[in-house]
Amino acid sequence: MSEQVPIVDYLVLNGSPYLEANECGNCSARFFDRRNACASCGGTDFDRIRISNEAVLTSFSIVHRAAPSVPVPFVSAIVKTDDGTSVRSNVIGLDDPMDAELGMDLILATYSCGTDDDGKECIAFGYKPV
Amino acid sequence: MSGDSIWIIGASMTKFARYEDQDAVDLASTASLEAMADAGVSIHDMDVLAAGTLFQASTSMGQRIQKQIGQTGIPAYNVSNACATGATAIRTVYLSIKAGEADMGIAIGVEQMGKMGLLSGATKSERNIFEPSGRYGAVMGVDGFLGTETMPGVFAQAGMQYAYENDGVGFEQFARVAYKNHKHSTLNPLAQYQKEFSMEEVMGAPVQSYPNTLLMCCPTGDGAASVILVSEEKLRSLPTETQKRAVKISASVLTSDPYVESGQVQPDVNTLTKNAASQAYEMSGIGPEDLDLVELHDCFATAELIHYDNLGLCEPGGAGDFIDSGKPFRDGSMPVNVSGGLISKGHPIGATGVANVFEVATHLRGEAGDRQIEGAKVGLAHVIGLGSSCGIHILEKAS
Repeated sequence: MSEQVPIVDYLVLNGSPYLEANECGNCSARFFDRRNACASCGGTDFDRIRISNEAVLTSFSIVHRAAPSVPVPFVSAIVKTDDGTSVRSNVIGLDDPMDAELGMDLILATYSCGTDDDGKECIAFGYKPV
Repeated sequence: MSGDSIWIIGASMTKFARYEDQDAVDLASTASLEAMADAGVSIHDMDVLAAGTLFQASTSMGQRIQKQIGQTGIPAYNVSNACATGATAIRTVYLSIKAGEADMGIAIGVEQMGKMGLLSGATKSERNIFEPSGRYGAVMGVDGFLGTETMPGVFAQAGMQYAYENDGVGFEQFARVAYKNHKHSTLNPLAQYQKEFSMEEVMGAPVQSYPNTLLMCCPTGDGAASVILVSEEKLRSLPTETQKRAVKISASVLTSDPYVESGQVQPDVNTLTKNAASQAYEMSGIGPEDLDLVELHDCFATAELIHYDNLGLCEPGGAGDFIDSGKPFRDGSMPVNVSGGLISKGHPIGATGVANVFEVATHLRGEAGDRQIEGAKVGLAHVIGLGSSCGIHILEKAS
């Protein structure tokens, strides 16, 4: 099996993939990137925490026009996980993009999104209907 | 008139279009010379100049304009604040006068975009080696894999979030916004497009990012706008005719986006607009019910709809009913974007925030021609720059 890398460093790949975030030790605000200080309270202590894989679709757009390198159409999504974290990704696994519905229950899933010149495989995440 | 208010005594904008034979400096100079002529003043009366442009932000635009309209040695501020660039230029002059450093100044907004196409989104790299980089440790461009980064999609999601949280909002309501603005633009000779489209044509146009079709997205283009601001004391020294046509800036507000939980994945264009609106209403003593017209930031139809709510033009959660009721049409009780809005008038980014103020001021002066809102006394101009910034100006007719 070829070496795999996650598309972003907050996607953890193992037997059961999940997302991680930096959670502010003071106010519990969560950030997928590194922060010098918390944007919510200014705190500087963060803990690495695991984000729930279950989510609800709170907004989406079916994108038909994008840069030439981006395959279209795709369903861009904002989801809210069961533990209250907003995540941006795609809704995947729909027969028709127009099947996307606000409020639908989703669960995190991963898929291959390409191989680099060294044969390394990139793994992305999306959310599929439960 | 008494007190320390700031007034607009001159305003002008070029037609928004695609200019092949003029550059951004030409457009800005044209708007500026016209605005000074409109005010009956000259470059020698200016104590300060602020020039806003986004895509030429590092080119000393203010000084380049001075080379065309007069190098008098006054301070020139070059400002850039995404789509709020023009409003920020106005506020820069406003603050200089408030601070007592200037009696009169010129604010300019300009942009030359041509057929720029989609803003933001993926850029293709020659390199195809997956190595983590950036603050998210991304090994490749994530646009299209982890959602969209393009503007039609981001603003589509802002509208769909509103649809998720409120009843009575869907594709048809968003489409009606674009139908309205295209219809309004037929009366505005300064608009980039002046063509009416049916609801069927709006809804049947090629989908860019659902629910935004092509006719629900603003075009790219070129244009400039300028306004001349004066202190109240200075205004009193000017001819009676100038004083009669002066428009009072009753509120000038700029906000940035405060922290919200979802802000890291979807720009929050709501909270900073609500904050700016409440500050502007408090500063001016004017409520949304007092407004005779509003020019708001309809970069996409989905954006206009949510700003009805953010600016307090409708009941909370009632933006769908508001557009369905016909109130924001030019013959309704709360005309919104009678210029045609960004969707049809156009959106040369740096010019937009000044052009919106030009539009409102022109109505308050009773000089808007075929598109005039009769008897308009109070108006509001709003812009949003993603990142994010919100600029609001409330203007009042001289009494």
